[in-house]
Amino acid sequence: MASNCNSSERQRIAQQRLKIIAGHLQKDDDREPPRILANDCKAEASDRNSSRTSTMPKRRQEIMKWNGWGYSDSRFLFNKKGQAEFTGKRYRLSGMILPSLKDWFEGTFGASLQHKTPATPVLNSRDVQPPTLNEAFIQDLKPTGIPFSHEAEDRVFRAHGHCLHEIFALREGRFGRVPDLVVWPSCHNDVVKIVELACKHNVCLIPYGGGTSVSSALECPPEETRSIVSLDTSQMNRILWIDEKNLTAHVEAGIIGQDLERALNESGYCTGHEPDSMEFSSLGGWVATRASGMKKNIYGNIEDLVVHIKMVTPRGVIEKSCQGPRMSTGPDIHHFILGSEGTLGVITEVTMKIRPVPEYQKYGSVVFPSFEQGVACLREVAKQRCAPASIRLMDNAQFQFGHALKPQVSSIFTSFLDGLKKFYITKFKGFDPHRLCVATLLFEGDRERVLQHEKQVYDIAAKFGGLAAGEDNGQRGYMLTFVIAYLRDLGMDYYVIGESFETSVPWDRVLDLCRNVKERIVRECKEKGVQFPPLSTCRVTQTYDAGACVYFYFAFNYRGLGDPVHVYEQVEHAAREEILANGGSLSHHHGVGKLRKQWMQESISNVGMGMLKSVKDYVDPDNIFGNRNLL
Amino acid sequence: MASKALYSQRDPALKKRDDFEDVLEERRNSSDLRYALRCYTPVLYKGMTPCKASMLKTIVLQSEQLHYVVNQVSKETGEAMDIIQEEAAGILEEMAHRLQLSTIRFFAFTLSKAFKALFQGVRVNEEGIQRLQQAIQEYPVVLLPSHRSYIDFLIMSYILYTYDLALPVIAAGMDFLGMKFIGEMLRMSGAFFIRRSFGGDKLYWAVFSEYVKTMLRNGYAPIEFFLEGTRSRTCKSLTPKLGLLNIVMEPFFKGEVFDVSLVPISISYERILEETLYARELLGVPKPKESTSGLLKARRILSEDYGSIHVYFGHPVSVRTLAQGRINRSHYNLIPRHIPRRPSEETQSFVNDTAYRLVRQQEENMVLRPWVLIATVLLQNLDGLDSALLTEQVAWLRDVARSFGAFLDWPDHEPLSKVVSSSLALHHGLVCVAGGRVTLAQETQELSSPEEALFNRAVTVLSVASYRNQILHVFVRPALVAVAMQAAATTRKDDVYGFFSFIRNVFSNEFILCPGAAVQDFEEACYLLMKCGAVQILKQDIAVTDRGQPVLSFLNGMLEPFLQGYQMVCRYFCEEASEGVSERQYVPAVRSFAAKCILSDSLKCYEALSSDLQKNALAALLRMNALKKVKVADQVTLKVNKMAVQTLEDTLGGKVPVQKPVLARL
Repeated sequence: MASNCNSSERQRIAQQRLKIIAGHLQKDDDREPPRILANDCKAEASDRNSSRTSTMPKRRQEIMKWNGWGYSDSRFLFNKKGQAEFTGKRYRLSGMILPSLKDWFEGTFGASLQHKTPATPVLNSRDVQPPTLNEAFIQDLKPTGIPFSHEAEDRVFRAHGHCLHEIFALREGRFGRVPDLVVWPSCHNDVVKIVELACKHNVCLIPYGGGTSVSSALECPPEETRSIVSLDTSQMNRILWIDEKNLTAHVEAGIIGQDLERALNESGYCTGHEPDSMEFSSLGGWVATRASGMKKNIYGNIEDLVVHIKMVTPRGVIEKSCQGPRMSTGPDIHHFILGSEGTLGVITEVTMKIRPVPEYQKYGSVVFPSFEQGVACLREVAKQRCAPASIRLMDNAQFQFGHALKPQVSSIFTSFLDGLKKFYITKFKGFDPHRLCVATLLFEGDRERVLQHEKQVYDIAAKFGGLAAGEDNGQRGYMLTFVIAYLRDLGMDYYVIGESFETSVPWDRVLDLCRNVKERIVRECKEKGVQFPPLSTCRVTQTYDAGACVYFYFAFNYRGLGDPVHVYEQVEHAAREEILANGGSLSHHHGVGKLRKQWMQESISNVGMGMLKSVKDYVDPDNIFGNRNLL
Repeated sequence: MASKALYSQRDPALKKRDDFEDVLEERRNSSDLRYALRCYTPVLYKGMTPCKASMLKTIVLQSEQLHYVVNQVSKETGEAMDIIQEEAAGILEEMAHRLQLSTIRFFAFTLSKAFKALFQGVRVNEEGIQRLQQAIQEYPVVLLPSHRSYIDFLIMSYILYTYDLALPVIAAGMDFLGMKFIGEMLRMSGAFFIRRSFGGDKLYWAVFSEYVKTMLRNGYAPIEFFLEGTRSRTCKSLTPKLGLLNIVMEPFFKGEVFDVSLVPISISYERILEETLYARELLGVPKPKESTSGLLKARRILSEDYGSIHVYFGHPVSVRTLAQGRINRSHYNLIPRHIPRRPSEETQSFVNDTAYRLVRQQEENMVLRPWVLIATVLLQNLDGLDSALLTEQVAWLRDVARSFGAFLDWPDHEPLSKVVSSSLALHHGLVCVAGGRVTLAQETQELSSPEEALFNRAVTVLSVASYRNQILHVFVRPALVAVAMQAAATTRKDDVYGFFSFIRNVFSNEFILCPGAAVQDFEEACYLLMKCGAVQILKQDIAVTDRGQPVLSFLNGMLEPFLQGYQMVCRYFCEEASEGVSERQYVPAVRSFAAKCILSDSLKCYEALSSDLQKNALAALLRMNALKKVKVADQVTLKVNKMAVQTLEDTLGGKVPVQKPVLARL
């Protein structure tokens, strides 16, 4: 292992030197801005480490948790006084005390700070199976100079996504089948080489982007006997060019969301694609799972954003010959790639639409007397096609949850104001605090238009009994989505497990689906012997012309259960059946992976399955991309 | 044994009985007026959207469902939308209830008075009430009482009011509206009225089903209707009607509610108010048209003693649980839910099975009084029998019935003879006790014609039979096996099963026999016979034990009237109507044929005169293709397949073995 590293290190240094010399010679021709780079990665190998401002190092363990969500420095904990606080410096909430979280936590789950279930503190490499290496593959890989590793930590990091059962097992220090080798290509051509070698030596490749999957997509199939190589795209993270005339950017697919946005912002642009996981998830991952961003109402979902995709498959490279904005050339081949979940190849480069950074952004929120009225309002907003960049409707339980995350107020005056607001809504307006719900809004654009738009939306809301409830509530609502995964880790310290899942559903069934799925969860928990009432809550997160996306949170206190993960999975399974029975889809944006595979046939019909299978059989006859997702 | 787990989970009858509480007891000790005016605050469905009766109508008239059908009808008939919409409003006006608490209070007062005069007690199982109270809060509830008397739904609402439970809205036949004042009173106490037949009327169906579904979805009130569709004149449960059950299940299938609770309720009368009325009706005296003056005339019944009523609220049945694995709800995903669709075959068979299951539950929870056993014994001894012998036989039968799991309400602390004599006293109109002999009542004065005497005798027999019928459900399956054992060529199990399944098919309109459950029924019956020691089930054979002979011959006797009656009908078609008969003339014709047979002594069975039996036999013959309906110019004629009818008669008479061997996996 060490020798591998050393040799590749040496190689790189040599190449770097060469590049510097070449750079001196060609200086005059190089007019591009420093961070937007030419297409051929060989020509600027020097850039490999130096000029990339990537947040994600090859060794993820340097900054990321190995058995939980996100950055190692950021986590929730109950301090000695029993107050919740969020550590670190990265987020708005960081370093703050959340005085009401403890009561909410104990009240909602029947949990107690006395009953702890701490995680295994360190990753013990000895518990990880030794790698099954394909020596011939490695021998051929070495000369390419592509870095690789079979260190236990590296492999464990790439063996999982963030499903509950995956994290639960890690916390207990249990590891199943993990990849045998990790490779870090740094450009398209590296990927071409790796795929060629994998085909030659019959090695199983599993592409890995940001590792935020919640569909068991990254799990290594236990039945796989070949050597499994995790192809980590995180080092393919450059913006290769920006075309301001057509407003497109050509980007390597390993770039993670926050880096992409930051880099584009520097040039005055953005993609506007902001999935909740954007801190960690990668462009290639978005394409491979048909991701959806919070602001899709303005910018569109990933399928609306991509103009061109390049993917390396065992059959060769697939891409279109031009960048025309729309084509009638048979079925769109992009749609074989979008949602292929790593079963066909590795997405290496994507041309995406970009937009100038909006001049003005404004949060907002509306309180409705009931969820029913809230949904009616969202439906009307969708009908009038005037949805703001984002509009989300939380149900009552989620509203209370959001409230529990209110940081300590700085002055008596603010708390007095809060009290006054509450009094106005519940007493003066007669809203039932156990029924009311909140819509959070985000407007974007030029200032005048935003204000106009805002008025239009608030006017519609008023027709459904909605009251404007301030920017602060809105902003906190969006914050919840970024910290929810950190909160799950806190729950898991105290016997509480949970997860989220989503669906899309026609408008007329939204209410029925929400009610029935929540009720099903409660009923299943009771039947499966869960001792405490579960948290079963939902929000409508996206609006479309013909329907909406609904997102569920489900968590419960598992004290007294022998096999909590199994119970959890049974309930989640029942909830998914309920979704399907109520006219919901198998997934809106999380994808299928291996977790929801069993319902694919019923979802897309036998013929549909056959079509997908025949594509897979043609593109990858030897199942090199053997993660066994989807089909 | 699998059948044991399936069929014997019932509580022991005794335990069940202990929990009954007499709701009249308190009425006898405190003011009825105060009771009628007391504070009434029922628990409600948690998902209820509160609305008034008038608001309901608006919701229905504005519903997408109705709009769709109005539009459709307008296109078909070429009539303007608003005219049809108005028509719909008219239908709804005629149909809708106007539930009002003041009317309920009025009924609470008057019914208290009436019930105290009529009945010794109205006993309700309290545990059932508690279960119902729980169910009402969780999911929309559908109340499904058995239907033996006009007063069934009055009793129901009365009890729910007494226990502070949500008052139901009740589907009632339009004929009630004939009684002007009473009809409107019933409307204000929660009844809504539906036409008896509206086969092809799309608009009517749309208004009706949307009205019911709206009430269910909103959790407006528990919905109550009679699965049997009409009052059973024979006290046998009637085969269920599926229309309304389909309607109340649909909101679940379409995901509009999480679940629906179906609550089977058994109302058993020790003495039925309409007992001889029913018998006359069955014998062809047309039913008196419902009228207020008719009701007033019926006042004299107030001076009689009608014993007590038992109301058993069964376990709420979750539609969701029943539908698990049987209904794929995602079939409803691809068409907007407001477009009416015929239920799929899958759904239909599910609803049918559920309906049978619920009726069986009603049967099983019927409380049986000693008189039912006395009636059973008397009908097998039409010439009367010694009162000591009667007592002895009743005691024997009681033990058999108990071992078959009958829900008997037997006063164990009283001596047997007293139980029998007090039962006989209560039913003095039907039996007479003279010189230590008990016989069916007979008119003493000389009668003008033998027909009249026959008619009077038949009224008594059918009245008594209506009590025997209350316990039929306990014995019917073992009795079918007993008949099959007698008729089958050998004692081999598969031979017995062959005849069993044949005869079960013949009687499937007569008794509640769940469709497709022949094997299950056979196993259940064999298990019961074995349990009471009547038979031994060997590997291949079924052997009668010494002790078993009386049980089997009793069981044979139980079905004898039906076997004879069906044979008589067959004979009628062979001898008198082999050239066919119009459907309308069938009942009078077969009745006079039966009367002729009895008078000429070639038939002993008075029950063959019952139009209920005759209609069921007709349905069986049609189902078995021994008859065919032919429609000629507005008239439906029954064409006879003489061979088939003849064979059926012979088979029923045990003259020829079952035609085709029925293959089944036992």
